[in-house]
Amino acid sequence: MLSGWGRYPAVPCMVMKGRSEAEIMRVLASTKSMIARGAGRSYGDAALNAQMTLLMESSDRILFFDDVAGRLTCEAGLLLADILTVFVRQGWFPPVTPGTQYVTVGGMIASDVHGKNHHGAGSFGDHVESFDLAISDGQTLRCSPDENADLFNATIGGMGLTGVILRATFRMLRIETDLIVQDTIRAENLKEAFEALENSLSATYSVAWIDSLAKGDRLGRSVVFTGEHLPAADLPKDRSSTPFGAEQRTGRKVPFDFPGITLNRLSVSAFNAIYFQSRKPGRALVDYQPYFYPLDSLSEWNRIYGRSGFVQYQVAFPRDGSHEAISLILQTVSEYGLGSFLSVLKLCGRQRNSPLSFPREGYTLALDFPIKAQTFSMLLELDRIVDDHAGRIYLAKDARMGARMMERGYPRISEFASLRQRVDPDRKMRSLLSDRLGI
Amino acid sequence: MTILSPVLIIGAASDIGRAIAVEYARAGASLILAARDISRLEPDSTDLLYRYKAKVRLAELDILNPAQRNALLADMAEIPGTVISVVGVLGDEATAWSSEAAADYVMQVNYVAPSLLLGALANRMAERPGACIIGISSVAGDRGRMKNYTYGSAKAGFTAFLSGLRNRFGSGGLHVLTVKPGFVATRMTEGMELPPLLTASPKQVAKAIIDAHRKKRDVIYTLSVWRLIMLIIRMIPERLFKTMNI
Repeated sequence: MLSGWGRYPAVPCMVMKGRSEAEIMRVLASTKSMIARGAGRSYGDAALNAQMTLLMESSDRILFFDDVAGRLTCEAGLLLADILTVFVRQGWFPPVTPGTQYVTVGGMIASDVHGKNHHGAGSFGDHVESFDLAISDGQTLRCSPDENADLFNATIGGMGLTGVILRATFRMLRIETDLIVQDTIRAENLKEAFEALENSLSATYSVAWIDSLAKGDRLGRSVVFTGEHLPAADLPKDRSSTPFGAEQRTGRKVPFDFPGITLNRLSVSAFNAIYFQSRKPGRALVDYQPYFYPLDSLSEWNRIYGRSGFVQYQVAFPRDGSHEAISLILQTVSEYGLGSFLSVLKLCGRQRNSPLSFPREGYTLALDFPIKAQTFSMLLELDRIVDDHAGRIYLAKDARMGARMMERGYPRISEFASLRQRVDPDRKMRSLLSDRLGI
Repeated sequence: MTILSPVLIIGAASDIGRAIAVEYARAGASLILAARDISRLEPDSTDLLYRYKAKVRLAELDILNPAQRNALLADMAEIPGTVISVVGVLGDEATAWSSEAAADYVMQVNYVAPSLLLGALANRMAERPGACIIGISSVAGDRGRMKNYTYGSAKAGFTAFLSGLRNRFGSGGLHVLTVKPGFVATRMTEGMELPPLLTASPKQVAKAIIDAHRKKRDVIYTLSVWRLIMLIIRMIPERLFKTMNI
């Protein structure tokens, strides 16, 4: 049985490993329907195909690094965690990082991931110079902004549906230390949270953790974190000789599936309240690991939602309607009392030129919901709010929306479909997600 | 126990070979990666250099080719401090029953060829204090079973060869480690239904090997549950065992 990070849905899938280009090509030639899978960190059904799911984690070689320009060429299965291990100590940082380091480069391209610096740096795709894409007929095409540009743009955020990404080249960011200067701002309600995020647009990194169970005057209360890479000149005395002294930690494990009852309204709202109260406003120096990957210290944290799994609901709205839409969503969630641990609110910057790329200028909100009887009916209510406010749902998180929501949220879907018709007329590259959404 | 370089990995293009190369490179060893098709290993050697600054040399070796085995021995600028044989092929048991060539191939690859090569290497390495020879054998060699006795008997021969080598060099000299991995999720077992609790990943096997190397262990089962399983299987009386289908 295979599933995404949300452990819903779980389906039996035929799997093969792609250890090298030759093996990947053999799998591609031998099947009528397949999807490539990286680290399996998309939440829903994007990396599932019952007939053939091609596991890319063994294609994880670092192929070339230009240490002047910071240009890295690697195979698509390389983990971001490995990139951090090798390159942070040399003074290089990924240009964009999602909230976990256990994702592959191919997965970051296919989902066009964004991070806490989206308002300034854009999405991961904005830093990719080129990649080699194996398409359904067995050809390998070099794609870049100058070469097969339409395929390049469609593959970024294209959920693996244009072909198998074999290798990619992207630019890294120079850093002088592995420490982050973090500013913590408390916002007592949604309006204050929006203001704090608007005021943080000049910060390199900014994000808000939002208590989705707070009600009334406190609806949308948040803790906003901004961050900057610490310059070497500002290193504290005890670290002045070791600008890259952070230890790589291996996470503790959630030892078993928590029983469904663990996460009820009381326990989650108590946790959220404690979390909210315990964040001290002000400035602090933190290691990059806990700053960017707070949940990675607890491996298999997805098990706390119990055996039936969970869905993550991440939506993005145009800036204008964001406040109203997010207030309505929080009210609905609060009324249902369905526990979502700390949820994430972020003000994103400009959208890139990719038909299925998720981030757009405006606010994005991410909430986790355990799978329960009333979860799906609540999500349908949320869908209505999203649709009414011209919002969209993130494909890499989704496990259940319908085709209509998809079409309304991603108006350039027809452009994607016609390109796909050209490179994959027999629809070899497909997943449970693409079948569900009729892409 | 310190790990002596260079570490020669025979069968380095296999999943377990690749995982072992990573563990030894991480430990700071320099590597000689031997495989039939070394062009396949070029990206791996680049990767090991970037990740661990590991010095890696590639050596072409078809284990069944005596001339290539001799060339490998003759080419040795430096006597290896550590040799790890990951050579092996499962073969199809039913085919081996009817085809002498198929049975011979399984026996040559799993027993004859690696034993000859490790024997020749042992003669050279005996001089080097702290040197170590590691052979990946199999739990299948612990008792012949209907399902895989061609493979199992060859692995039994290899296990016995390693045990004899260990005995020959006694407690003071060359360290010889026998590894019995049980099920491992590799290319060899791809497509088979393997019980998850009894199946190791190549990385787990590699970590167990370097750990046993450091601790100077003699024989290890990489998942300890296999020690118990094979103990039970070995204890079943032959009169009963011959009627069983396991």
